[in-house]
Amino acid sequence: MIDNNEYAINVQEATVRFNMASERIDNLKEYFVKLLQRKLMFQEFLALKNVSFQVKKGEAWGLIGTNGSGKSTLLKLVCGIMKPYKGKVTVNGTIAPLIELGAGFDGELTARENIYLNGAVLGHSKKYMQNHFDQIVDFAELWDFLDMPIKNYSSGMAARLGFSIATVVKPDILIVDEVLSVGDWAFQQKCQARMKELLEDGVTLLYVSHDIDSVRGLCNKAMWLDKGVQKMSGDVNEVCEAYMQLQRVER
Amino acid sequence: MNSLVSRIINCYRYKDLIFQLVQKDVKLKYRRSFLGYVWSILNPLLIMLVMVIVFTNMFRFEIPFYPVYLLIGQTCFNFLSESTNQAMFSIIGNASLLKKTYVPKYIFTISKISSSLVNMLFAMGALVLVCFICNVKLSWSMLFIPVVVLEIYTFCMGVGLFLAQATVYFRDVQHIYGAFLTAWMYLTPIFYPAESLPKILLRLIKYLNPMYSYVTQFRTIVLNGCLPEPKLIVYGISVAIGVLLFGTWSFYKNQDNFILYI
Repeated sequence: MIDNNEYAINVQEATVRFNMASERIDNLKEYFVKLLQRKLMFQEFLALKNVSFQVKKGEAWGLIGTNGSGKSTLLKLVCGIMKPYKGKVTVNGTIAPLIELGAGFDGELTARENIYLNGAVLGHSKKYMQNHFDQIVDFAELWDFLDMPIKNYSSGMAARLGFSIATVVKPDILIVDEVLSVGDWAFQQKCQARMKELLEDGVTLLYVSHDIDSVRGLCNKAMWLDKGVQKMSGDVNEVCEAYMQLQRVER
Repeated sequence: MNSLVSRIINCYRYKDLIFQLVQKDVKLKYRRSFLGYVWSILNPLLIMLVMVIVFTNMFRFEIPFYPVYLLIGQTCFNFLSESTNQAMFSIIGNASLLKKTYVPKYIFTISKISSSLVNMLFAMGALVLVCFICNVKLSWSMLFIPVVVLEIYTFCMGVGLFLAQATVYFRDVQHIYGAFLTAWMYLTPIFYPAESLPKILLRLIKYLNPMYSYVTQFRTIVLNGCLPEPKLIVYGISVAIGVLLFGTWSFYKNQDNFILYI
């Protein structure tokens, strides 16, 4: 049991299964018709196959792989959004997921109202958000636009606000899924700087990106997922090198 | 039992989110409309007015304080209808959020039903106004009204939870429920006196229609100035709790698979 406490994230032989029934059955008529035709087939699609990996506290892991390799699915498992079909996932610590910036934003509400709403979605009390309100708006640089409905924001402004709210608290585990591709260069630099700051404070990081350079820059370990299977995991430079080799060969 | 306790604790932890979501619904309901919150009171009043004119001139029911009689039935049934319809879409409507962050799924259903409760409370303001105009006497038994409201709230929560999870799997539930709700409305004595029904139908309604119990309890308190029959209260409370347990059970059984169907 001492082992469990050392690991921030412990994924043991996790498998995630989807049903790729050829026609989506979402109404009663289809269901009964298929039932009678004995066509309620289960076309199995395994998004993750027997993945096991352990992340110690304070480590920064990069997840790399081609599109559709199961990286986002693995992140969703860690966040608790999905449950594994087989295997077990244990997480020790609070999670700040950045799977999409502004999850929970309602376009009709103003930025001020959305800060409280988004904070509540992430599990923070109103008092907490009030205390950190200035900090959030400072990072996002949105002082002039606080009382405007979010639907009128540019995508960059919304992204800045989302990132700012999500990183205002120091979580134990930060999970970032390709969100930095949105936003201009200045924004990306700011986010990288904030993430580095959090890493120095001992936050555990899971980072998914197609930008191998940023993975090398932020992480000290990496895992390569290919079609749901764990191909390689270990030191970030070794894994990235191997991955890039394959990409070059395939071209 | 252990997991039930831990779930209730979890629910409490997210009370801020429930409050935020309810606040959002209430704020957005009348934003950008000219009259704003006045509609919460005006709307039920206008509908009641139309119904009073229609039913006192077209069908003659000899019910004393007919506007109040009608408005009580209307308010309660509107709450049922609005809250369950909103709850039905609470999971699929928040699909994008559920796919991106971990939020306990029942939070959305609870928040929709609670928003409808807030609307009902506003509508009860209209009720107070009408009672005043019709010279209905105040009585101590009116202190029991919150209990009746709580009974209806619990009942709607159970129905809402069941509908929310059913709609995730079968989208036609929304259409079936629409027809069901219409039938339910006619089978509840909202605008006609219960006595005008054939005896057999009346007995069936008394046993099988919980809304009959709630509406009658409410009416007895306001119009007769006394507490309703204990039989009615016991029936109301036990059905509310039973339906809540059933709804919660069906929700929990299926909630892990929602993500695959939304």
